[in-house]
Amino acid sequence: MATPKFKRAIVVGASSGIGRELTIQLAKQGTSVVAVGRRMDRLAMLAESADGRVFPLQHDVTIYDSVPLAFQEATKMLDGLDLVIYASGVMPEVGFHEFNFEKDKAMVDVNLLGAIAWLNLAAERMEQTKHGSIVAIGSVAGDRGRSGNPVYNTTKAALATYMEAIRNRVARHDVKVCLVKPGPVATEMTANLGIKNAMPVEEAATKILKVADKNGEFYLKFAHRIAFFIVRNIPSWIFRRLKI
Amino acid sequence: MSEDHQEKRVIPNSRMARLEGFGRNLGADGYVFRPYHISDIKDAFQMAREAGMQITLRGAGRSYGDANIGSECIILDLCRMNQIYSFNRKTGEIDCGAGVTIEQLWRTGMEDGWWPPVVSGTMAPTLGGALAMNIHGKNAFAAGTLGEHVIEMDVFCPNGDIRTLTPASPLFSAVISSAGLLGVITRVKLQMKRISSGDLRVLPISCKNWEEQFAAFEENRESADYMVAWIDTFGRGEQAGRGLFHAGFYTQEPPHSPTLHPDHQDLPDTILGFFPKSVVWRFLKKFNNRFCMRMLNWAKHVSGRLLGNGRPHLQSMVGFSFLLDYVPNWRRAYEPYGFIQYQSFVPEEFAREVFRQMVEMQQVRKLESFLAVMKRHRSDGFLFSHGVDGYSLALDFKLTKKNRAAIWQLAHDMNGLVVKAGGRFYLAKDSTLRSEDFVLSVGKEAVAQFFRAKRELDPDNLLTSNLAKRIGLDAPGG
Repeated sequence: MATPKFKRAIVVGASSGIGRELTIQLAKQGTSVVAVGRRMDRLAMLAESADGRVFPLQHDVTIYDSVPLAFQEATKMLDGLDLVIYASGVMPEVGFHEFNFEKDKAMVDVNLLGAIAWLNLAAERMEQTKHGSIVAIGSVAGDRGRSGNPVYNTTKAALATYMEAIRNRVARHDVKVCLVKPGPVATEMTANLGIKNAMPVEEAATKILKVADKNGEFYLKFAHRIAFFIVRNIPSWIFRRLKI
Repeated sequence: MSEDHQEKRVIPNSRMARLEGFGRNLGADGYVFRPYHISDIKDAFQMAREAGMQITLRGAGRSYGDANIGSECIILDLCRMNQIYSFNRKTGEIDCGAGVTIEQLWRTGMEDGWWPPVVSGTMAPTLGGALAMNIHGKNAFAAGTLGEHVIEMDVFCPNGDIRTLTPASPLFSAVISSAGLLGVITRVKLQMKRISSGDLRVLPISCKNWEEQFAAFEENRESADYMVAWIDTFGRGEQAGRGLFHAGFYTQEPPHSPTLHPDHQDLPDTILGFFPKSVVWRFLKKFNNRFCMRMLNWAKHVSGRLLGNGRPHLQSMVGFSFLLDYVPNWRRAYEPYGFIQYQSFVPEEFAREVFRQMVEMQQVRKLESFLAVMKRHRSDGFLFSHGVDGYSLALDFKLTKKNRAAIWQLAHDMNGLVVKAGGRFYLAKDSTLRSEDFVLSVGKEAVAQFFRAKRELDPDNLLTSNLAKRIGLDAPGG
C-alpha cells in the first residue's frame, strides 16, 4: 500500500453519515483513525470491518468538559495526529412556522459548540506542532439565512466563520484548515427530507478527502460553486421574496 | 465517553511541541516540561501516572535519531538542571546537575588546567544525555567512554527511589548506556582530566587507502592522546579508504599558560576574519549533492596530501575537539529532509574488511556518505556499550524525497555486516536499527539484564522513547 496522505486521523461523528464513510475511506487508504461517536455498537462494527486501523472512542460532543480528555486519549491511541475531521451534525425537521428552542439548541450544541470544543484543541495543538489538517463539514445551507431552517443555517454560517478565523490564526504555522460545504448528501440525516439528486455519501467522502490537506472553503460540485456564488450575492430584499 | 479513562488527568495542550532528533529525519509530538529541580521530576512522574502516559527524557537534543523523542509522551527536557554545585580545583572533581553541558564543563575547568575527560564532536550535549548514551570522543582508545570517569551520580528512579550510584553499584553500568530508560540522572560527580596547556600538537597524515589508515592508527596508538581520521568514501579500488588521519598530543606549558584562557579557545565566528560563519550552512546547502561532495572530498584529500602532510602543528583543544561547532547550524545544509548518521563499531580483526564492504555497498548503490569519520575504541563493561576493541566508522547520509527507503535498506544491509563481525551500534546516532539486530549486537543476556533492572527501577514502564519502541526496549517486563 502506498503511504497514506494522512497517517493518523480523528473523525468526530463517525457512527453514521459522512463521518462514517470518511472513516472507512481513510482506513482503506492506510490511515489509523480514532472514530469518535455516541453509538458504541456502530463504532465497534466499523472497527471490526476496518482491518485494525479504526479505534472506536465513545463520546458525546455536547458534554464539552469531557472533550479535552477524549482528545488526549485519541491522540495517544494514534501516537500523534495529522488530521481532525469534525463531522458531527444534526438537522431536525423544522416546520415553516415552527420556532422550537429545544431543536435549535440541539443544533447549536452539536453543529457549532461541539465543533468549537474539538477544533479549538486541534488548532491549539497544531499551532504548537506546526503540522496537520483541520476539517469541518459545513454546508451550503450556511451561505444564506433561509426561511426553512434558520438555526441550521446559523450554525453552519457560524462554523464557516469560525473555521476562517482559526485558518487565519494557524495557517501561518503550516496547518491546513479546510471547510467543506456539501450540498444534499444521501445520509440518515437527509433520508426523511425527500431530497432528490442527493450526492452518494461515498462520492462526498472521496471529494472531502481530496481537499482535506488544503486551506480554504470547498464546494463538492462545480455547479454548487456557481449556484451559491449567485445565491450569496442576491440582494436581501430580493432573497426574502424567493422560495429557496 | 467510556468510563475507563474518566478519571485520567488532562495535560494542557499548550505543552505540546514537535520535537526532532538532531538529524531531523524523525520527529514526534510530545508534551514538553522543563524541570529545574528534582521535585519537578517527581511531579512529572506523578502526572504521567495520573494521565496514563509515558515519559521520554531529553537533554540538548543532540542524539541524531529518535532517542530523545517520544510520540504523545511527556518529554522531560533536563537542560535547566544546569547548576554546577562544586568544583575542586585541586583534584578536578566537578559536581553538577545533569543539564550541565560539555561547554560548561570545559569553561569551568580550563583556566585551572582541567578538561572534560571525554568530549563529543560538539560541546552542546548535557551530561545526563551524554551518560545515558555513554558518549565517546577522539580519545576513546585511551580514555574509553564518559561513564568510566564518573565518580558518583544521583538517579531518580520511576519507582520513587533516588539512588546514589558509584562504579561499585551493580546498577551503575546499566543506567549509564541504557538511553535514559532506567532512571533520570539528576546529579553527576565527574573526574576531569589534568592538562597544562590549552593546545594540542596535531599531526596530520594523508593516507592513500585503508591500509595506510589502519597503519596510522596502530602506529600512533601508544603515543597519541587523540586520534581521528576522515575518509573519502568516493575513493575506489587502490584508493578506497583514502583520507586524512589526525593524531593529537597533549603539550606541556608552564603553569597559568595563556593557552588556557577562554579567549584562546573560543571558536572564531568568521572565516578568514571577515566571512560570517552564521551563513556558511546556506552555501553548504547549495553544494550538498553527490557531484559537489565527490569534488569536495577529492579536494580535501588532495589538499591533505599537499599541505601540512606529516608536519605537526598546534591547535586549541576546543578547535580540535568540537569540529561540529565550527559551522553553526550546519545540519540545516541537509534541509528539508534531514540526514542520518550511521556509526558502527567493529572488532579490530574484522574492521578493515567490514568498512571496505560498507563503502563498496554505498558506491554500488550510488549512496555514498558525504562525510565519513573513523576512530579507534576499546571495550568497556557498560550494559549497552558500543565500545569494542576495534574501530568505528561514522557516516552521514543525506536524505532526499526519493532515497529514504534506499538509505534505510543500505543501513540494514550494513547492520548485517556489523552483526556478523560481532560489532556494536551507537544508540545516540541510530535511526535505523531493528530490534533483532540490536539484540544480536549486545547479546540476549544484556537485554535480559536490562529488563531485570527495568522491573526493579521502572516497574510500570514509564520511561520510554521512540528509539526504545523501535528496538524492543519498551515492552513492559521484557
